[in-house]
Amino acid sequence: MTGSTERMTGARALIECLYREGVDTIFGYPGGVLLPIYDELYSSNIRHILVRHEQAAAHAAEGYARATGKTGVCLATSGPGATNLVTGIANAYMDSIPMVALTGQVPSSMIGNDAFQEANITGITMPITKHNYLVQDVKELPRIIKEAFHIASTGRPGPVLVDLPKDITTDMVDFYYPDKVELRGYNPTYQGNLQQIKKAAAEIERSAKPVIYAGGGVISANAAAELKELAEKIQAPVTTTLTGMGGFPGNHPLFLGMPGMHGTKYANYAIQESDLLIAVGVRFDDRVTGKLKSFASNAKIIHIDIDPAEISKNVKVDIPIVGDAKWILSHLLKYTGKSQSEKWLEKIEGWKKQYPLHYMEPAGDEIKPQYIVEQINAVCPDAIIVTEVGQHQMWAAQYFKYTEPRTFISSGGLGTMGYGFPAAIGAKVARPDKVVIDVSGDGSFQMNSQEMATIVQNNIPVIIAIFNNGFLGMVRQWQEIFYGKRYSSTCIRDSVDFVKLAEAYGALGIRATKRDEVRPAIEKAIASGRPTLIDFIVECEENVSPMVPAGAAINEILDLERKE
Amino acid sequence: MRHTLSVMVENRHGVLARVAGMFARRGYNIDSLTVGVTEDPTISRMTIVVRGDDEVLEQVTKQLNKLIDVIRVSDLKAEDTVEREMALFKVSSDVNNRSEIMQIVDIFRARIIDVAPKSMIVEVTGDETKIEAIEQLLRPFGIKEMVRTGKVALRRGAKGVSS
Ligand SMILES: Cc1ncc(C[n+]2csc(CCOP(=O)(O)OP(=O)(O)O)c2C)c(N)n1
Ligand SMILES: [Mg+2]
Repeated sequence: MTGSTERMTGARALIECLYREGVDTIFGYPGGVLLPIYDELYSSNIRHILVRHEQAAAHAAEGYARATGKTGVCLATSGPGATNLVTGIANAYMDSIPMVALTGQVPSSMIGNDAFQEANITGITMPITKHNYLVQDVKELPRIIKEAFHIASTGRPGPVLVDLPKDITTDMVDFYYPDKVELRGYNPTYQGNLQQIKKAAAEIERSAKPVIYAGGGVISANAAAELKELAEKIQAPVTTTLTGMGGFPGNHPLFLGMPGMHGTKYANYAIQESDLLIAVGVRFDDRVTGKLKSFASNAKIIHIDIDPAEISKNVKVDIPIVGDAKWILSHLLKYTGKSQSEKWLEKIEGWKKQYPLHYMEPAGDEIKPQYIVEQINAVCPDAIIVTEVGQHQMWAAQYFKYTEPRTFISSGGLGTMGYGFPAAIGAKVARPDKVVIDVSGDGSFQMNSQEMATIVQNNIPVIIAIFNNGFLGMVRQWQEIFYGKRYSSTCIRDSVDFVKLAEAYGALGIRATKRDEVRPAIEKAIASGRPTLIDFIVECEENVSPMVPAGAAINEILDLERKE
Repeated sequence: MRHTLSVMVENRHGVLARVAGMFARRGYNIDSLTVGVTEDPTISRMTIVVRGDDEVLEQVTKQLNKLIDVIRVSDLKAEDTVEREMALFKVSSDVNNRSEIMQIVDIFRARIIDVAPKSMIVEVTGDETKIEAIEQLLRPFGIKEMVRTGKVALRRGAKGVSS
């Protein structure tokens, strides 16, 4: 149809644009200014998932994007609908996830007059979007939508917001969809500099203690296969950040687990002692680096990243290579041989044996939270695990062996409680073939529990596994360690009967209070094929261990195991 | 260290807010910022004077380049750049000191663009040192109000920022 034109409303044109971008699902919530768009959606082939709070629409769009690599789309009305998206947009921005957020806006003639349900959402989201648009003429709409999807999904991905005044959606336009975008201010670099790549190769071959530090960029660049090949070829151990989980097989002998605050001891020791740190698609976040001055202070640093602004932002880099991780790694593979790491790998093996991740077995039949993660892993090793934020999130990162990219979805940069459940909805809608489990906390779940209605109404069989410790556990842990156990406003015991809550929504509710009920509960949830909530009553004062205190060097890592 | 950046941007709604917002959010200090049209009506030029060492400058440049509406960023070096700023001074004056002020204005090749019984407005164009110098000399008369445009700058010779 490209080339020929047809006259239609802006709302209809929007749907046409979304078809052309291959959008099959939108997560949204209607409102006054969206009526023309919702009327078009009524007869379109795009699946619209009605959430119960717009924040969930944004997180679900992100979960969809993370599970597939495609751009997620959410839709909210003007004013409060749009501001409810803000947390979700900020989350996608921090973790560089491709997303297009569409918002209704009051009619153009009323903008700036404090009209009913007017909020300056382009102004509000300027610092948390990769770019945003206020459509001022319906003729610009197709170009803007085309650009929005292009910007969101290329270079360093991120959220783009398009604000649509109501009159734009009713104005008529001769529809024409452009084939390509012309953005003279936007030209991401994909191909790395070969000179730099050769330099990196030379450093690798010279290195006796290389470590690969890989992050979310490996996942978004679909570079996991190249990363594995590189690690095996140069014989370097690999640590993956929270957002990089699944970017390298968790059961691989070269895998070190996660670095940083709740990373493994051996990952942190390896980074601190390494002579060459090969950083791929990471941003040297403070939760990873600890005290910056002493981070990898013996190492030369190679930094591969698509975003030039990340180079030497926090840590001075010796060999920057800007470009697409997949492209760069596949070229690096051509130039580099093996490193000199035999002794180093032996040393790391020693550390792994000496300082494994571990937890105290319970004296009786209480449930240890780490045990639940292990059991989930045992029952369904290829599930997509989505998490909320808190202790349960760290245990999900530490104790599950992710073997494929896009199977671990968690809020990294922003650390948003309430993210996991709606993100799990997005992931399950995108990957109905997969078991999708939201590893949740009793606190986090209550931040978006209203989405139970969404999964029941749409029959989206997500499994919510609540690690019910009666606390805002991660905050309680800090209070225990740094504030003398003064548990100020962190006890949330007996908030609600989660099983009854699930049942009230028409979902399956299961409670497990003993160790030997854990596995059957998981199996029952999966077998049911229904939206299911499992309330795991866990040890209430378990701590996430090991831990680097904020501001310390990452090798100053403590065991926090509770001695009974 | 102060740096003068010449930034070519899309002449679009909101672009000034994007640039200013980025500076505010990342905590970079702007000494002055001017914006105006260029030979191409779809492009505006911002001249931004920022304070910071080379590392800050590098980050500022990269962050500017990340903005979709920013087309090109150039760091203008003093040696190969001409720069100008305009200032208006409303100076207290009466018949007794008017000629004294006019002498200063002459020396600086400035202009008097308004005269009232108790004040006059002096217009001066030049680089920063010149504007600061005339300000020093006018101050004893009493500067009632002043305004400066902020710096505009172009690279000397045939090679431009846009090419
Ligand atoms: C929206 C939001 N508010 C507050 C916090 C601070 N915070 C981080 S973890 C946490 C506790 C989470 O409790 P829960 O979900 O029960 O998980 P647990 O740590 O107990 O496993 C809090 C309050 C946050 N990350 N996000
Ligand atoms: Mg809890």
